[in-house]
Amino acid sequence: MRFLNPKVEEKIVFLSLFLSTLVIVAPVILVIGIIVSRGLSVISWQFLTTMPRMGMRAGGIFPAIVGTVYLVGGTLLFALPVGIFSAIYLSEYSKRNWLTRLIELAIVNLAGVPSVVYGLFGLGLFVVFLRLGASILAGSLTLAVMVLPVIITASREALQSVPKSFREVSYSLGATRWQTIRHAVLPHALPGILTGTVLSISRAAGETAPILFTVAAFYLPRLPNSIFDQAMALPYHLYVLSTQVPNVRIELQYGTALVLVGLIVITNLFAAVIRSYFRVRKQW
Amino acid sequence: MRKYYEFVVEGLILLSAIASIIFVLLILIFLLKEGFMLFRTIGVFDFLFGNRWYPISEPPRFGILPLILGSLWVTLGATVIAVPLGIACAIFIGEIAPGWLREILKAGVELLAAIPSIVLGFIGLVTLVPLVKKLFGLPTGLTALSGSIMLAFMAMPTIVSIMEDALNAVPRGYREGSIAMGATQWQTIRRIVLPSASSGIVAAVMLGIGRVIGETMAVMMITGNAAVIPNSFFQPVRTMTATIAAEMGETVQGSEHYFALFAIGIVLFAITFAVNLLADLSLHRKQTIG
Repeated sequence: MRFLNPKVEEKIVFLSLFLSTLVIVAPVILVIGIIVSRGLSVISWQFLTTMPRMGMRAGGIFPAIVGTVYLVGGTLLFALPVGIFSAIYLSEYSKRNWLTRLIELAIVNLAGVPSVVYGLFGLGLFVVFLRLGASILAGSLTLAVMVLPVIITASREALQSVPKSFREVSYSLGATRWQTIRHAVLPHALPGILTGTVLSISRAAGETAPILFTVAAFYLPRLPNSIFDQAMALPYHLYVLSTQVPNVRIELQYGTALVLVGLIVITNLFAAVIRSYFRVRKQW
Repeated sequence: MRKYYEFVVEGLILLSAIASIIFVLLILIFLLKEGFMLFRTIGVFDFLFGNRWYPISEPPRFGILPLILGSLWVTLGATVIAVPLGIACAIFIGEIAPGWLREILKAGVELLAAIPSIVLGFIGLVTLVPLVKKLFGLPTGLTALSGSIMLAFMAMPTIVSIMEDALNAVPRGYREGSIAMGATQWQTIRRIVLPSASSGIVAAVMLGIGRVIGETMAVMMITGNAAVIPNSFFQPVRTMTATIAAEMGETVQGSEHYFALFAIGIVLFAITFAVNLLADLSLHRKQTIG
């Protein structure tokens, strides 16, 4: 069954694998390029800091930015402690038993639940059952459950990559288990935990479906006053501009997309810089 | 005092650990609680296999077969496109590309993962949809095909990164042994590396499919949302996810329509649960064999 010299075959195969990779990566660059080149023209201080006007066909996107910042903050507030503690359990306390396996299965499943199902869940539990109404609180809680697996997985990996000897030294000095975790393990796992945090910021800032019925407002004439208020958010605002409101200038849509993507990319870059800084300092 | 403090902290740690289990159960409970209200008036069979979804007509019809088939068609299309390309991309990045190129390509794939689905949906709406319309001379570019292409693109980061992990987990010695026997690098990849990583590849594909089934916003924006039983890729279709997202805002809490959307949520949850379980089992089989 051989028609080709193996060396020639290899060349052809590698070339086609390379082309397949290009088919995936080139559109990414194209998408970013389009967003930046078309969106940059509307970005101005005014666009970022004023309210929308004329049925959102003019003016800025300030309330959407504020709403997204509130939501991300709220999400982290709930998800970080639970996520990190959960990772500590899995890395430092758990034994290979049915409970650990069950927790792992639950995490895998949480990671796979469709975002719109999180929306239903948030609506059923937080908005209706707990009577929080469509509010920043309900939206943050919904997003927090959604990003939990991201934080747990990244933090657990970070904790497990701290060498065993660190713990042994701490124990040999008479430290208790929690003291060991707190002072000898956690500080070294921080860069990894930070990675998980950044990933969950990206997720929480970018998702639309979970906030549709739990917090997002089509348009609000003023900023939210409390965590029980509805809020506008960048992803939902982009959805509204591009499908719900007729005759919106396309540049306004690109501008909103650029702000959202820019926010996420900058956060990711920030984490990458911190990670490489720690990697240089890492001594083991 | 210190004992007491540690007792509290370790209690919190255990509580946080089982939080994931509790949340999965809560999701299930709340979907079932609301969704099952629908089945007081409509049979499960009529719901799953009814071919009319007219939630606001009089009397309303809640047959979700068109929606299930809509999801199935775009998922099928996306899988056909994404799996070969994703596997090829992972092989190239993981096995062939030189270090500097690998870093660039990986950054590109990670960037794709970071772009929110709403942004991809928007870009798809203004670029891909007109392109599909023009290329195939269709009355509208909002079709299952556009959705499939978009979703294939969105499943790529999942497939590539998990498969690359699987390739990395294949011991170096396997490759060296094969090269030492005189095999070319491609022969080594094809006969040694890929078979050794097969369970990881299966998991990567499964998780990619799971991502596709659950994707909501981009699909809602570019598939046209016609709740009819599809018979071609060049037609508008409506997925289960898009139906929930598009209609929940217009329903009255406690109405049949409201319950029906939760019932669709149950179907979605069941499908993704099964897909993720299979993927996880596939990964763990690898671990036990070593």
